[in-house]
Amino acid sequence: MTVRDKRMSAAEVAAELSDGMTVGIGGWGSRRKPMALVRAILDSPARDLTIVSYGGPDVGLLCAAGKVRRLVFGFVSLDSIAYDPWFQRVRQQGGIEVSEYDEGMLYSGLLAASHRLPFLPIRAGLGSDVMRVNPDLLTVRSPYDDEELVAMPALTLDVALVHLNRADRHGNGQYLGPDPYFDDLFCLAAKRRFLSCERIVDTAELDGPPQSLLTNRMMVDGVVETPNGAHFTSCVPDYGRDEKFQRHYAKSAADEELWPSFVDQFLSRGETGYQLAVQGMS
Amino acid sequence: MSRIDVCVAACADLFLGAGEILASPMGLIPQLGAKLARLTSEPDLLMSDGEAYLLGEYGIEGWLPYRKVFDVVAHGRRHVVMGANQLDRFGNQNISCIGDHDKPTRQLLGFRGAPGNTVNHRTSYWVPKHSKRVFVPKVDVISGVGHDRGFHNVHRIVTDLCVLDFATPDHSMRLVSTHPGVTVEEVLDNTGFPLHTDDAGTTREPTPQELELIDKLDPDHARN
Repeated sequence: MTVRDKRMSAAEVAAELSDGMTVGIGGWGSRRKPMALVRAILDSPARDLTIVSYGGPDVGLLCAAGKVRRLVFGFVSLDSIAYDPWFQRVRQQGGIEVSEYDEGMLYSGLLAASHRLPFLPIRAGLGSDVMRVNPDLLTVRSPYDDEELVAMPALTLDVALVHLNRADRHGNGQYLGPDPYFDDLFCLAAKRRFLSCERIVDTAELDGPPQSLLTNRMMVDGVVETPNGAHFTSCVPDYGRDEKFQRHYAKSAADEELWPSFVDQFLSRGETGYQLAVQGMS
Repeated sequence: MSRIDVCVAACADLFLGAGEILASPMGLIPQLGAKLARLTSEPDLLMSDGEAYLLGEYGIEGWLPYRKVFDVVAHGRRHVVMGANQLDRFGNQNISCIGDHDKPTRQLLGFRGAPGNTVNHRTSYWVPKHSKRVFVPKVDVISGVGHDRGFHNVHRIVTDLCVLDFATPDHSMRLVSTHPGVTVEEVLDNTGFPLHTDDAGTTREPTPQELELIDKLDPDHARN
């Protein structure tokens, strides 16, 4: 008997999604996003998704492809470019529903789901329009001193998608950059958890500080090797953000006449075609 | 000395008396201000590199990934200087969207950390272009919470024209000082609501030593 081999393809991950599911996407802004998995979703029939994300171009691309029914978010930004044009457009057209929270509330919601709690208390939101634009959001009184706090509901996910630098075939995953973001919480908050990585290595080759081992195998259901799979977001130390490509994305996304040629050049021939087109551009 | 150097020094002065807390300046001018404060009046300030590290005098002195930033926010030992697409006379701030939240005329960043920041710790704002587009009678979406909504730690606003605070009986906005060469009328003409102006002075000019430090911090003059 051996430990389970969980290797699968990005298309197989996308095929796990069904219409209306809630999907959490790891990373932060335009940093270490599971973009190859997102691109696989663009090619899949899944639709009407609720996306939970510290939003970057993952949100923009899914909005562009009409995959998003609702976005649960604190911000959407490309970091070096303030706004994602596709997200702006669908919002300004009233094209998606949103649950917009303070970014710390998103953390509380993921932590609550991870701990199987119905909610966690937090001060963020009090006095702000977070309460007005989320009419279902309630407050609680502390049983100890009567302080009023926001009861952030658990953000329970059907599926989590995260991207790390290394993993073994069992789902033990490692980040080699400076920030884990919230990827382990996304996995703990979800029923089905899929990890893409730059390179699948033998367990013994997961060297580096043990605290860089962010996911263990009981937090992961499938592992996908996707070299350059966070492109064009950053995946340090393997690579930084592709700023030139991101500018090209943002320019194309901001102009409805330019967008079809972006799709044609980069998003119409699968991941292999994408990576070849990216190589051809540089 | 240029106007922008006055703004940098005014941003540095936001941190007077702060002590050993995390300074989180958003944008170049507040960043230069916080660094200037650390080199002069507030040597104990902590600052992040904008990624995941605390950077001290000799390089990395701590680890502060995003989830630990939320710990600091809730713990309260932090003074953030945020931007603002809209601000009202009680310091309510909007960075979420312009217009109706269901179908905005312009989608902006989102709430980001503004609701949590403003209810947990001291908050200031930097407005690079003081105008009636920013200083509005009523913000479209309250992201950062102001003084009329139960929270009282919005400290100051530094703009390209002046310094503002809320040291009035009803905590509405007050003109602290206009930058050298700027008139009170110019500030009022570019503000979409009345301001208390009775005790307005002139923003101090940076000292020669400070100007030298600002040049060292920004040798390529990105600030201009």
